[in-house]
Amino acid sequence: MDRTWLHKLASPPHFYRIAGRLAPWLGWPALALILIGLYGGLVLAPADHQQGEGFRILYVHAPSAWLSMLVYATLALASGIGLIWRIKLAHAVALAAAPIGAWFTFVALATGSLWGKPMWGTWWVWDARLTAELILLFLYLGFLALHGAIDDTGRADRAAAVLALVGVINLPVIHYSVYWWNTLHQGATITKLGKPSITFDMLWPLLVMLTGFTLCFAALLTRRVQAEILRRERDAAWLRAELAR
Amino acid sequence: MNAARFLAMGGYAAYVWPAFGLACAVLLWNAWAARRAHARARAEAQRRLAGLEADA
Repeated sequence: MDRTWLHKLASPPHFYRIAGRLAPWLGWPALALILIGLYGGLVLAPADHQQGEGFRILYVHAPSAWLSMLVYATLALASGIGLIWRIKLAHAVALAAAPIGAWFTFVALATGSLWGKPMWGTWWVWDARLTAELILLFLYLGFLALHGAIDDTGRADRAAAVLALVGVINLPVIHYSVYWWNTLHQGATITKLGKPSITFDMLWPLLVMLTGFTLCFAALLTRRVQAEILRRERDAAWLRAELAR
Repeated sequence: MNAARFLAMGGYAAYVWPAFGLACAVLLWNAWAARRAHARARAEAQRRLAGLEADA
């Protein structure tokens, strides 16, 4: 297999330029989709026959929870690539992803709490799904704290990457927790392999929001990776030419 | 559409609006923070290069 494109992509100057060109093409569609999804979710979708208007929290809760896991998978994959092939750019991607993931995990927990209060009668329970999601937040914060505690960037990258890989075990636990344990959390809404449990007029705003949030993560990540590259490559010759433009 | 009815969210206003407000606030904050991180790193790199050239 020809892997020159991969080596090219992994080179910081090349990645920096691609990311700069890509960011607006990810960010503006993300904004448009999220606005459409908000209108669809808040106004166009019909009320749920059991949960009334309260179910609309789904439209911000599910995309946040989805991102909390997608970002962690990205972080862990980048950490693994960085550890195995010693690609420095991969560690920069992992570090750039961590704060984004922590924020969306926080939103998933907080909106879940706001949903749980009227539907279950409590802000919080030590339920399997909720506890695993809280552990995910601690994994993000632990990753950032560990990276920040070590001065040498290379050593910090490797130590944090090991932590990230150990934490991967939490992802299937979160996903399958509603099946493995008898929990308060409701089952999946759309991932029941081709048989979603909601009608199309409720489903489409959710799919639009999921796509919008995913694009938003991609846009945020490109900007943050660019910042991280600038910090790490501060003595590189290419930077002089890049900044002079 | 009746605005008051929409805002009432069938009695769930106290839960629905904070959830959407928080999600939107975090999205906006992240967009701003990512741009700021990039702008700061760029300014810092430029300052450093200018300093190196002044020393040379």
